[in-house]
Parts: sequence; C-alpha cells; structure tokens
Amino acid sequence: MADFALPRNSKVQDGKAWPKTEGATNTRDFKVYRWSPDDDDNPRVDTYTVDMDTCGPMVLDALIKIKNEIDPTLTFRRSCREGVCGSCAMNIDGTNTLACTSFNSDIKGDVKINPLPHQEVVKDLVPDMTHFFAQYREVEPWLKTDSQAPERERLQSVEEREKIDGLWECILCACCTTSCPSYWWNADRYLGPAVLLQAYRWLADSRDEATGDRLDNLEDPFRLYRCHTIMNCAKTCPKSLNPAKAIAEIKKMMLERQL
Amino acid sequence: MATGNRPLSPHLQVYKPQLTSVLSILHRLTGIALAIGTLLLVWWLVAAASGPEAYDAAQGFIGSIIGRLLLLGWTFALFYHLANGIRHLAWDSGWGFELSTAYSTGWAVVIVSIVLTLVAWVGGYAAL
Repeated sequence: MADFALPRNSKVQDGKAWPKTEGATNTRDFKVYRWSPDDDDNPRVDTYTVDMDTCGPMVLDALIKIKNEIDPTLTFRRSCREGVCGSCAMNIDGTNTLACTSFNSDIKGDVKINPLPHQEVVKDLVPDMTHFFAQYREVEPWLKTDSQAPERERLQSVEEREKIDGLWECILCACCTTSCPSYWWNADRYLGPAVLLQAYRWLADSRDEATGDRLDNLEDPFRLYRCHTIMNCAKTCPKSLNPAKAIAEIKKMMLERQL
Repeated sequence: MATGNRPLSPHLQVYKPQLTSVLSILHRLTGIALAIGTLLLVWWLVAAASGPEAYDAAQGFIGSIIGRLLLLGWTFALFYHLANGIRHLAWDSGWGFELSTAYSTGWAVVIVSIVLTLVAWVGGYAAL
C-alpha cells in the first residue's frame, strides 16, 4: 500500500536563513533541502540569498556559487554542466530536471530545490541511486546475439537505425523515474520509465537477437505493467524524450507476440 | 530498503500538480465514485421492485438536494471516466503520446465531460 506521507525521520523542518552578501542589491532566495548523516536531525530547508548580479544564469551556477561563497557544506552532484551527464538531476520548482540546463530566470519567486523525489537521501541533494542502477542492470542493456559475428560491424539500414532515435539519447538522470507516482509506490518491483525506455532501446535495435528473452523478462504485473500512462515521465524529461511512448511500444510487442 | 537513518526525499509534498498527473488521479477517483454511485443505482432499482413505499423513500432521497448533488457528481464521474477511458484506449494502441497531443486530448476530455454533464442535466430538467 502506498504511503502518501513522509516517515517521521523524513519530515522536512524549517532551516536557517544564511547571511546575505553585503552590498548586494539584486538578490534571489534559494530554498534548498538539507540533510546530513552526521547528526540525528530531520531534514530542513535552508534559505540562501544569492547576489544575482554576480551569478551565472543557470540553477547549477547558483548552487556552485552558494557552495563557493556561502556554505561549503552544501552537497550536490554535478559534472558536465551541459546536460549530457545527468549528474545534477534534482527537483527544481516542483518538477524534476537538470540544474545545469534550468534557467534561474524561468522560475517565478523563490527557487525551491529538493533531491529527486521518493529516494533515500545520502546527503542534501544527493539521492542513493544504487537501486535505480541495479534495475538498469536487470534489463541487460547491451547487444545480445546468437548468430556468428560478421567480419565487420553489424550493419543497420537507415530506417532500422532511426528506430532507436529518441531512445539512445537517454542519459539515465532518473528525472522521469522519480517523477512517476507509480514508481514512488512500487519501486521495489516496478522498473520505472527510464529503465523501461532503455529496455525498449534494445528491443527496438535491429541488431539485437534476444527480443523473446527480453520480453519474457519484462512480462510481469509489476515490472512493466505498473505503468498507468500518467505521463509525468514525458512531461519532465530534460532531454525531451518520451518514456511513456516507449513503454506503450513494449506493451504492444507483448500483445503482438501472442497473436 | 531503508539504509541506516536515511530520510526519504519529499514526493507528493513538493511535486507540482500538472495536467498529466491530475487527470490520472482523477481517472482513478471517478472510477471509485462510479463504483459507489452504482450502489445508489442498485438501491433505487431494488426499491422500485419492492413496492411504492420503498420507491418513495428512495425517490425522496435521490430528489433531495444532497441526492441531486450526488447524482451530479456521479454523472460527471461517468462522462469523465468514459472520455478519459477512450483516451486510454488510444494510448494502448500507441497513439497520442506526443506531449502536445497528450495535453490537447487531456483538455478535450475535461471540456467534453463538463459539456456532456451539462447537456444531460439541462436536457433532463427540460424534459420534466
């Protein structure tokens, strides 16, 4: 049964307001989720007042500025700062996205930043991704073949190659998976939109020869069929991909192989 | 899956309501409302079969303000569940997943179910 409330140790409390930069005139408040494993306190929301005249345009710029100039203990993942690594996925202004490709100017009012929803928090904005990547491993995301390897590459026609467009671009940031209410309530058994999109990426690949095994592995009331086409995944994907559509294609393949 | 004392990050508490998720939960809620509303319908039919007194009692309740409000909710639930059900059928056939399409069909479902509810009630009262 889904638990709609947060456990007692996870209830978010008011945090502190960090001192403002002196002389700053054009400021903006960032309300950021904080939790540290080093004490027994509950999570809290701290307020950082950032001087926007000396801040870059992206939410990630603001976070880095806060860490450099206000509070070095603020913890978050980041790497490429251009939307290809997926490290800085977090909940910004109520939806999941990448901090590095989100403009501060697109957000009205205070900038509210939380970790990816319904995940165990390691520290501050860093969720534990172990389970997510274990589920990814479960769909065996690599090319599987039985036939003799050709002397050169396994070729695809232009049309065959186009079938994996909109799939291979996924960066596994987990924005979609952690936006999915079905995944919130059933993450232990439901694979979630990102992993299912990846599963379809191999089902749709003309070079892969394990289609039957892959479908067998997904044919389960929970792994695949907990998708109820809510579409939060497609709405939130920072790469504008459509996991809901990929999942529907898997469901169609399930049906077609029984006809 | 709890590890040590790690908290669970906020979910429903912080995620912005949006057409996608709101219509989805509304589909489920109207489904539940329809199931409960069917009990009302069964009561009415059983009362009609039981005799004039039982029928008068049922008719009296259904005709009251509360009864009419329940019926209004039930008709909206019926039309919404029907219209959104057709949307789900389209999805199951693989159509309508583009975000822009999902939003236009979503708003269409909302408008159609409101209009059909109004048509049913205005038509019902006009026929009295």
